[in-house]
Amino acid sequence: MWINMGPQHPMTHGLWNLRVKVDGETIVDAQPEVGYLHRGIEKICEGRTYTQIIPITDRLCYGSSLTWSHLYCLTAEDLMGVEVPERAEYIRVAAIEMQRIASHLMWLAAYATDLGLMLGFLHAMRDREVFIDLLQALSGSRLTYNYPRIGGVAHDIPPNFERDSLRACAYIENRLREYEDLYEGSRVFMMRNVGVGLLKKEDAINLGVTGPPLRACGVNYDLRKEMPYSVYPEIDFQPAVHPAGDCYARYRVRMDEMYESCKIIRQAIQKMPKGKWRVVAPRNAPVGTGMGRVEDPRGEGMMYIVGDGTDKPYRMKVRSPIFVTVSAAPRMLIGYKVADVVAIMGGLDMCIGETDR
Amino acid sequence: MLKRSPVGSGLDWLLKDFFNWATRNSIYPLHFGIMCCALEMAVASAPRFDAQRFGVIYRSTPRQCDVLLVNGPVSKKLKPDLRRLYDQMPEPKWVIAMGECAISGGPFWQSYSIVPGVNQFIPVDIYIPGCPARPEALIDGFIKLQNLIKENKKGLLTGK
Repeated sequence: MWINMGPQHPMTHGLWNLRVKVDGETIVDAQPEVGYLHRGIEKICEGRTYTQIIPITDRLCYGSSLTWSHLYCLTAEDLMGVEVPERAEYIRVAAIEMQRIASHLMWLAAYATDLGLMLGFLHAMRDREVFIDLLQALSGSRLTYNYPRIGGVAHDIPPNFERDSLRACAYIENRLREYEDLYEGSRVFMMRNVGVGLLKKEDAINLGVTGPPLRACGVNYDLRKEMPYSVYPEIDFQPAVHPAGDCYARYRVRMDEMYESCKIIRQAIQKMPKGKWRVVAPRNAPVGTGMGRVEDPRGEGMMYIVGDGTDKPYRMKVRSPIFVTVSAAPRMLIGYKVADVVAIMGGLDMCIGETDR
Repeated sequence: MLKRSPVGSGLDWLLKDFFNWATRNSIYPLHFGIMCCALEMAVASAPRFDAQRFGVIYRSTPRQCDVLLVNGPVSKKLKPDLRRLYDQMPEPKWVIAMGECAISGGPFWQSYSIVPGVNQFIPVDIYIPGCPARPEALIDGFIKLQNLIKENKKGLLTGK
């Protein structure tokens, strides 16, 4: 029997449809169906100038919008050959890592609600506000920041930003330790996570899974280390890896990533040099192509822009991590019960905005 | 059955203020996230903004809801499903269009796959502007909806 879970279902964090074929309680087949949120962003971008595209790329992934506008700016800088001032790079790195923590806390809130822990939702949302406030002080908006620019960032950091960031890092590290005790001490949480949704290392690599789901299979692959962009080579951190490949490993990887992000924010704030935060980029891009790859909170994000000498791109291609990762859903789901679907799919941190584009 | 009998309609008339008070203080929106505003919808019921103090509790099935909160762009693929969700909700029901995308298509108004505004096919009662709308704006929208229910008003099918 086929069951439609979606497009309106509490399991789907976003707007997609998971069709599962069940034999009794056991899943024998699964088909993810996306496309309910297709907005034609790639086509819209062809009709806009390079600066006008930045707010549109913010809306690619609403969970981590700063990462995507940063990725777009990286790609456009690659195309135009713009050198970014060092201060802007450090501001960007600090902001991206704050966005990563906010995104992972959003995931934690949704995941805890899926597994029946309402307290987890309340805790994670309360702490997410700390980082949302910091990003709001930085850019002036809560969710879609429109902060990076081609050739730097929109404005310099506000007064007391360093102090507030360091305080927020210390706060969240304490809080995360508390949450770990809370979750890992909960028998219900562990029973629904350990050994559920196993994904083999080979399958994950063959299906093109990236980001936390791949690192949870024991593959140490983080673009911040493998293909460093921005100022990541000068920052000391370790990608979070867990060998198990189940839902618990994915939870563990995301929690460890938040600690690492705190470390990165501290270093970026300390190493931030004085100077300019923006250079003027040319209005027209040259004829050629530009490509950028970043480690999104959900996996590898890639953009590819073809310039034709005008102020508008000829073509813009977005590679979304979740669009690829969701194709591994049948491998993770088959053999488990219907009740495990929420845990397995929740552990992927679905973001439909970037999947459907 | 009760309402059709003279006793029932008399009782209904006597208790109409009570029913109105109960309806407006227990607004159950549908738990249906589309895009950016869905996160602000979640934040609005989180500890900082706490929309639940106004009786706003999200339900996961349209049969238990009386408010359809459309919080994102409606694509042509989603349109029939959204219409079906609206039809499945029991009367009396209200619709809130949250954010620019639901009002007019927002930043995607020129897209080939977006319906420019949810009011093209569903009557909308409350419009909450913003891209994305802030949680305070959402709470303000709920209070406006409460006033609307108090005055027994309904939205009109606008647009095309």
